[in-house]
Amino acid sequence: MTVKQISIFLENRPGSLAELIDVLSKEEINMRAMSVGETEDFGILRIIVQDPYKAICVLKQNGYVCSITPVLAVAVPDEAGSLLNILNILGKNGVNLDYTYAFTMKKKDFAYMVFRVQDNEKAIDVLSKNKIELISQDDLAQM
Amino acid sequence: MENYYQPEIECASREQIQAWQDERLVKQVKHVYEHVPYYRKKMEEKGVVPEDIRSTADLHKLPFLTKDDLRQAYPYGLLATPLEDVVRIQSTSGTTGRRVVAFYTQHDIDLWDECCARAIMAAGGTKKDVVHVCYGYGLFTGGPGLNGGSHKVGSMTLPMSSGNTERQIQFMCDLGSTILCCTPSYAAYLAESINERGLRDKIKLKAGIFGAEAWTEEMRRDIEKSLGIKAYDIYGLTEISGPGVSFECSEQRGMHINEDHFIAEIIDPVTGEVLPEGEKGELVFTSITKEAFPLLRYRTRDICVLSREKCSCGRTHVRMSKPMGRSDDMMIIKGVNVFPSQIETVLLNKGYPANYQIIVNRVNNSDTLEVQVEMTPEMFSDSVTKIAAQERELVDALKAMLGIYARVRLVEPKTIARSEGKAVRVIDKRNLY
Repeated sequence: MTVKQISIFLENRPGSLAELIDVLSKEEINMRAMSVGETEDFGILRIIVQDPYKAICVLKQNGYVCSITPVLAVAVPDEAGSLLNILNILGKNGVNLDYTYAFTMKKKDFAYMVFRVQDNEKAIDVLSKNKIELISQDDLAQM
Repeated sequence: MENYYQPEIECASREQIQAWQDERLVKQVKHVYEHVPYYRKKMEEKGVVPEDIRSTADLHKLPFLTKDDLRQAYPYGLLATPLEDVVRIQSTSGTTGRRVVAFYTQHDIDLWDECCARAIMAAGGTKKDVVHVCYGYGLFTGGPGLNGGSHKVGSMTLPMSSGNTERQIQFMCDLGSTILCCTPSYAAYLAESINERGLRDKIKLKAGIFGAEAWTEEMRRDIEKSLGIKAYDIYGLTEISGPGVSFECSEQRGMHINEDHFIAEIIDPVTGEVLPEGEKGELVFTSITKEAFPLLRYRTRDICVLSREKCSCGRTHVRMSKPMGRSDDMMIIKGVNVFPSQIETVLLNKGYPANYQIIVNRVNNSDTLEVQVEMTPEMFSDSVTKIAAQERELVDALKAMLGIYARVRLVEPKTIARSEGKAVRVIDKRNLY
């Protein structure tokens, strides 16, 4: 129960993100979520799309260095304390977050968190036992 | 009032200088032919015997020596005296596979020290001065050369060597250094540090002798203004002796070559033909007084212009311009010789693509080196920390190879221009020449 995140290498310079988004939009690839990890020289753009295979093909054709990483996407009820509950579950079970970011969709009353962890299986196990709802790539496609 | 160390030599008539050169060259060619089989073979290949060289007019008949020859003859192949007569070696600023070792007899050291003494006195130095030497001591010729020159002048010499800026400034203030000897980039850094600490009034510097790397007129004015001194250029190379092969006088218009020891020629770097005075070309030196390591027609790869125009300082020795470039691909960065091939070796060893670009710049009067490398799918990761760790590893490997820090910049694939023929690997933005 993971979703496929696409990570893309971008130089840290004016216009580089716009060029990439232009490539995606021309192919009518719509993003569900996006986050950037940056250094002085470069950034890693992480996106979640409905059809990752199409996106990867388009990106490679356009000369981008990119990769697919399975990450966890968790539905978080839109109320105070619900994120804390999830983080506590992960933390108390020894699951370290490499990075995380949030997105929303049309479904009311829920936000979604992406978690990148080293051991997806363990994290899924821990979250499921605690009745936390994870969404899959198929769920994304239907939303 | 102009200040000379050996006025009878430095201001000798052109005829006298010519006579010295003719006599010493003939003697030197015989000495080399008899004692250096490596060079004798080169002469034989060219069909030249010592008797063919009767004056400097015959100099062009002799074969050239290049850095390649020095590497091939390493370590003892160009030594012209018995080892027992050698008292010292010095070596170039060490880049892997390119190290050059030069040998000195006591006589050679004395001559070298005299050349440096001339430079110090041309910068206004006397025995009353306090000469602060923060060129490196050791294999590098900078420290030992100026140190020896300062001893000859009779000045109190501070053998500071390089680094430890706090201590440099403290000694400068406490002991009242009046003449600073270091690289121009370090002088600029010292100036900045002194002014930051508000110690400008505590220093007594009046002059600086700066060399071992290229620097601009603009940088000279900056240093002069920020330290309240007059800044003099000095030129030299380990192969020929070290600093003091040529030096600036109060005119600050070119460096007087010590022609009683070194004959300078300007050649076309492609054809090897000697060019007339005033034309720009590669500088070639012939050592006519050295005993242990007397190089004949050594190609420096420095591009410059010679001028015998009368100098108002009274010195009659020919002046050379600041080097305007290099005839090969060697870069001098922070006083260290850097070759693109060394950077390429590190990249390939670490699994990076051979497509790279080197950007050399000067920021706040200090050289910077940046190596741009294209990102590859193999190196890529979704984790910033993983990529940053790889980058650090590359920086460390470059440092180990070059001896200086190189910033690594990862760029998107296919962004480094591919050229049809020889790739443009180096972009030097320093505008030094």
